[in-house]
Amino acid sequence: MTDIAIAPRRESALGALFKHARYVVGENPVTGFAFALFVLIVLASVFGPHIVPYDPLASDTTQALKPPNAHHWFGTDQLGRDVFSRVVVATRLDFFIAVASVALVFLMGGLAGVAAGFFGGWTDRIVGRIADTIMAFPLFVLAMGIVAALGNTVQNIILATAIVNFPLYARIARAEANIRREAGFVEAARLSGNSDWRILTFQILPNVFPILVVQMSLTMGYAILNAAGLSFIGLGVRPPTPEWGIMVAEGSQFMVSGEWWNATFPGAALMVAVFCFNLLGDGLRDMVDPRRRT
Amino acid sequence: MLTMILKRLAMAIPSLIGVVVVTFLLTRALPGDPAAYFAGPAATPQAIQEVRVKLGLDKPLLAQFGHYVVDLVHGNLGTSLTTGQSVASELRNRLPASAELTLLGLIVSIVIAVPLGILAATKPNSLLDHACRIISTAGVSLPVFFTGLILVYVFYYLLGWAPAPLGRLDVFFTEPPRVTGFYLIDSLIAGDPATFMAALKQLILPALTLAIFSLAPIARMTRASMLAVLSSDFVRTARSSGLSAYTVIVTYAFRNAMLPVITTLGMVFSFLLGANVLVEKVFAWPGIGSYAVEALLASDFAPVQGFVLTMAVMYVMLNLLIDVLYGLIDPRVRLEA
Repeated sequence: MTDIAIAPRRESALGALFKHARYVVGENPVTGFAFALFVLIVLASVFGPHIVPYDPLASDTTQALKPPNAHHWFGTDQLGRDVFSRVVVATRLDFFIAVASVALVFLMGGLAGVAAGFFGGWTDRIVGRIADTIMAFPLFVLAMGIVAALGNTVQNIILATAIVNFPLYARIARAEANIRREAGFVEAARLSGNSDWRILTFQILPNVFPILVVQMSLTMGYAILNAAGLSFIGLGVRPPTPEWGIMVAEGSQFMVSGEWWNATFPGAALMVAVFCFNLLGDGLRDMVDPRRRT
Repeated sequence: MLTMILKRLAMAIPSLIGVVVVTFLLTRALPGDPAAYFAGPAATPQAIQEVRVKLGLDKPLLAQFGHYVVDLVHGNLGTSLTTGQSVASELRNRLPASAELTLLGLIVSIVIAVPLGILAATKPNSLLDHACRIISTAGVSLPVFFTGLILVYVFYYLLGWAPAPLGRLDVFFTEPPRVTGFYLIDSLIAGDPATFMAALKQLILPALTLAIFSLAPIARMTRASMLAVLSSDFVRTARSSGLSAYTVIVTYAFRNAMLPVITTLGMVFSFLLGANVLVEKVFAWPGIGSYAVEALLASDFAPVQGFVLTMAVMYVMLNLLIDVLYGLIDPRVRLEA
């Protein structure tokens, strides 16, 4: 960056990152748009239950299956519950499932992959074999099997979504750790008497971290789709809990008789969230990838 | 070529072993006592003990695994608790429905995505290129069950063009005599165009749903690899030799650009087989996916296990097929092997 030379004082790391983020957003308005959507999703998941006009669980049979109107923006479902309130409140659960599963696979896959790439040998072979075995399954089918075997709960949905993403993270982390194994700064750290574990924690991990963070935002969309798909077929989240996948499933029977709003709004929310994460992931990659940095 | 196929076959064996081990471990991970579980909720302690001995659950884990493998070799996947039917025969009966749907979905997807990708690559930054990018980004963001429902709403409810999303054939038609299990092929063999059309009508929407879902990766990959090939030396030479644009693109560039696309098909199949389950649920399609979902909701594990195993074995086989196909198209792969 040329303006650093002109700048009278050194910027803090955070300030530099912020400046760079603003540059990236300015360069690519799509990322800015995705970021705005992301903020909206976060706000909805934090404040959702407090700001919605109706109780998402309160049914009112006199108002059942009303199309969108001034009182019920997204209409009402078969029990007279307000679809808008349910869609907004569901954001928290869907967002939580996605974040939790991505964080979990980040820990499992990231650590296993880094260890495999750094130590090589048996560690590498075992991690590689586990990843290959997972990859031998169609991923959604494996997730179904895991939830079916471990029990039909939200925790197991999170775990299953994390497990099916494991090979992706492990492979990326392995490759990134492997190319840094013989790097100059690692050699220097080793020569100054650091143990393997210390090098792994303080030299390798911080370097692999940004790449995995990008991967996290790229897989967030997939995690949401996977979890919503599982709850669409009746796994994990149970009615009457508001969740996008299950709302689409409940609304699907009314689609053939023309009550479209029941399934369409939660489905659209799902789509917007996934779209947002995909765009954001692409934008974040541009930010972290040094080759595209200017 | 034969050595390559044999080598690739040998490489599939560890994957298959892994798949069998995982599906075995999944049943043993069932919460609580599997014997009590398989005996049903109303079972007496003696009955549970009987089931335990019958299932071999009183033996050590390794012996149980041996038992499981022997059963698998005999094609025995257990019996369903709810229907009392053998899981293997049920899966065999329902597999053609799923296969017909998935394959048609894939064909539709390739027929749309490959030309789209090629056209987008030949005219970068044109309107068509942007359209290709928007379609492929939207395609990955759309939940497959949601696309299916929207298609049902538009083409069944609003326009009335498609039949009700209720299975493979309208109630007024009878199933064609079973040869392949694919209604489209069987009705043609039986010389029954009316049934063929009826089956096709039922298939169009679910196949289109799967196609929209799998369009994105194929179109993206075709575009990217066509762009790379079109800027290569041999294409420039072909162009400068005065060959027509069609010959250059189709004969020279396309054949080389296809290789990475075929590799992505492996990933596409992983998504497609999973998405198939959701699409079957939306369209009440009597395939193996909806069989597994019904069993899942009834906590009937044997069909789910059989389903997961069947899907995984099919997926391993498909990847094998893709690699062999790769060898057929690209002679260099054969030489290396």
